[in-house]
Amino acid sequence: MLKYICKRIGLFIVSLFIIMTMLFVLIRMLPNPVVAVTGGYAKQLEDMRRAWGYYDPVIVQYGIFLKNLFTGFNWGFCTTVGTFLQPVEEYLASKIPATLYVNVLSLIVSVPLGVLFGVIAAVFKNKWQDQVINVFIMIFISIPSFVYAVLLQYVVGFQLGWCPLVMDSGTDYFSWPMLHSVIMPVLALSFGNIAGNMRMIRAELTETLTADYMLLARTKGLTRAQATIHHAFRNSLVPLLPSLLSQVIYVISGSLIIEQIFAVPGIGKTYLASINMRDYSVFLAISMFYVVIGLAAGILFDLSYGLIDPRIRMGGNKTNEL
Amino acid sequence: MSYNQEQEHIAPEEFEFVQMNEQLHDKELDTKPVGFLRDAMRRFCRNGGSVVCFFILLCMVIFAVITPFVSSYQVSEKDGYYAYALPRLSTRFDLGFWNGCSQKQVNQQTYDYYSAIPGAIAKVYSTEEKNVANRMQTVYNISVDSYARVGYVNVNLTEKEFQDALTYQEETGIQLMYPIINEKKIKCANYKSNPNAWFLTNAKGVAERDKNGELQNIYLKDDTSPDGYAYYVSKMGGSSYQIRTLYSSWYQYQNGKEACFLFGADEYGYDICVRLASGARLSLTVSVLAAIINLILGIIVGALEGYYGGAFDLVMERIKDILYEIPSLVFMTLFQIYFARKMGSMFAMFFCFIFFGWISTSSTVRAQFYRFKGQEYVMAARTLGARDSRLIFKHILPNASGFIITACILSIPYTIFSEAIYSYLGIVNLNSKTVTSLGSMLQNGQQTLSTYPHCVFFPAIFLALLLICFNILGNGLRDAFNPSLRGVDE
Repeated sequence: MLKYICKRIGLFIVSLFIIMTMLFVLIRMLPNPVVAVTGGYAKQLEDMRRAWGYYDPVIVQYGIFLKNLFTGFNWGFCTTVGTFLQPVEEYLASKIPATLYVNVLSLIVSVPLGVLFGVIAAVFKNKWQDQVINVFIMIFISIPSFVYAVLLQYVVGFQLGWCPLVMDSGTDYFSWPMLHSVIMPVLALSFGNIAGNMRMIRAELTETLTADYMLLARTKGLTRAQATIHHAFRNSLVPLLPSLLSQVIYVISGSLIIEQIFAVPGIGKTYLASINMRDYSVFLAISMFYVVIGLAAGILFDLSYGLIDPRIRMGGNKTNEL
Repeated sequence: MSYNQEQEHIAPEEFEFVQMNEQLHDKELDTKPVGFLRDAMRRFCRNGGSVVCFFILLCMVIFAVITPFVSSYQVSEKDGYYAYALPRLSTRFDLGFWNGCSQKQVNQQTYDYYSAIPGAIAKVYSTEEKNVANRMQTVYNISVDSYARVGYVNVNLTEKEFQDALTYQEETGIQLMYPIINEKKIKCANYKSNPNAWFLTNAKGVAERDKNGELQNIYLKDDTSPDGYAYYVSKMGGSSYQIRTLYSSWYQYQNGKEACFLFGADEYGYDICVRLASGARLSLTVSVLAAIINLILGIIVGALEGYYGGAFDLVMERIKDILYEIPSLVFMTLFQIYFARKMGSMFAMFFCFIFFGWISTSSTVRAQFYRFKGQEYVMAARTLGARDSRLIFKHILPNASGFIITACILSIPYTIFSEAIYSYLGIVNLNSKTVTSLGSMLQNGQQTLSTYPHCVFFPAIFLALLLICFNILGNGLRDAFNPSLRGVDE
């Protein structure tokens, strides 16, 4: 197992480095819109550009970038997004709380609901409860989130007037007005995840419910509910938990669409702003942020499989030996 | 005497031929052979939901293909006066809904304004006295026709156009030119240079009616004209004329039809129905083309990887790992920045779909090749001297075709989905005079969602239906090609 973990982490670092090099070269070869400014910041910008090696060949620039990255975790400076010449990592750190807030709430909503309705669908397979849940799954898996987010905003926020249209500005995260204003973004974020979790648990549970050991459990006198909860449900969690764990990692990655529609001042909205306003340092930093999250979630997913179900040996060879 | 001995000694005379002069044949099969595709087809047809979705999808494709030919509007045809016109089914009959009218509650000034425009008020529901800001006011509940509401407009014409309009007016008897308003008599500041304000008002814009309750006109007098009103203002020394015309008549004169937008018009006055069809056509073409190219690329790479394995497999797998980890958004953005200006943003988007799309197809194909290449029948074929290409295309690929077709079909809604999201976010800009996409229509409509929901409603419904149907159809095909996976979602 340890050997496998080391191998995965080694591969993680290698892929990260290759992707970073690729993105850095591609992004730095673009013409940068902010070359010079008029006014008080002109001298500072010039100094910054010299310090970051903007006038040197790309390979030298990459050297300077790597040096800054490893000595001070420094990702560059903001130009068009955020405060002018603010360090990128500092700016991004100020954006994470909002994203984290919305996503954690969404996780709290989506996991129990997804599991609950998934179990209901599996237990009542092919009855009307299952059909209704299947329709829900189909709708929210198929339709892009911005369609139902916009409709939600229009109906609940505008027509009925139950919730504010956009998220409150400010950082008072545990007050009622704030919580009230994030109900819609949290719901819009959750629908997709609820549908995904439901589909997964439904598929797993329908399979385990027909397994032989369920028949044995019923034969030895357990009620259907007991057998379902103690035997089938536990076993069906094996594929669910790794995916839930990787969902936990994804709470720091903001959704571009939902954050844009509901004006959540988070990572996703900043990412979009950096694309539209051509702030390449911020763009590179957030791109790498998403790449790291994706890679880390993949590793956690694979490792947790082995931890939860010892029968599965990750990285085992043909005979399943390490 | 035992039975065996009895059978051993049979005299030759006792034998007789079953057939003497006939030839022996295999019996012909009574039933028709059921091939792989036929079997899959039969299973697919038994799946009601998928078949229904297939037909809905077919209708939507037909809608997307033929609407631009059938509709009286062009994709690039816009009319700023009819911006945000509401959906109207037909000009000939009125269903009571879907007729381009909207219910409004208006005060006296607005009521007077609309009542001066022919046809603008389709219906008056009720009038009531209401206490607004400590003053009693008359409030009207009316249904406003969003087409007739445009009313009168000023048009500048050249000498020739002016003469043509005069001839048309004489020939058909349809009045095009209406008396010019005397700007000096307009008392309400809001109504300055508004061609609809042809009636006498006070400073607040409330109409001052005569004894019979009729509106009093404030037309410009001209003694040379037959009825004493001026019908045009000549400008630039007689080379240009300004006339005041009722826009619905003018529109009919210019375009030879009455304005009627089935799904309404958007903020520039484009017909949403035709734009929707053209956007759907773009989405479908891009996604189907991308699916086909990805299929070909995926089969080539996947087959080479899966069949030959070894170093090529190892290297390709690492390349795929790395490409797979990069969010496609990053490359979509970079491709747009690098290529959009030179080759158009549509090409850049298409390139990006191919750049990432072949990965999943090739993984499917590779897995299938690993599954089949060690099987006995392949070994037997190889022993008989079949070449690699024959083994790949004749023996292994047909066995994997079910999986591959399903993966290919399911990649179509995924591409439509991504295209909608990228154009919605504005990363891919597909909105131009002749081209649009579902995502950009939604993005444009969203800004005025609270006042004009129809701009979002129709594209949203269309996109939702399209994606749901594609997914259900894809699942049905998967079940049909692989009955062991029936009802199991990954």
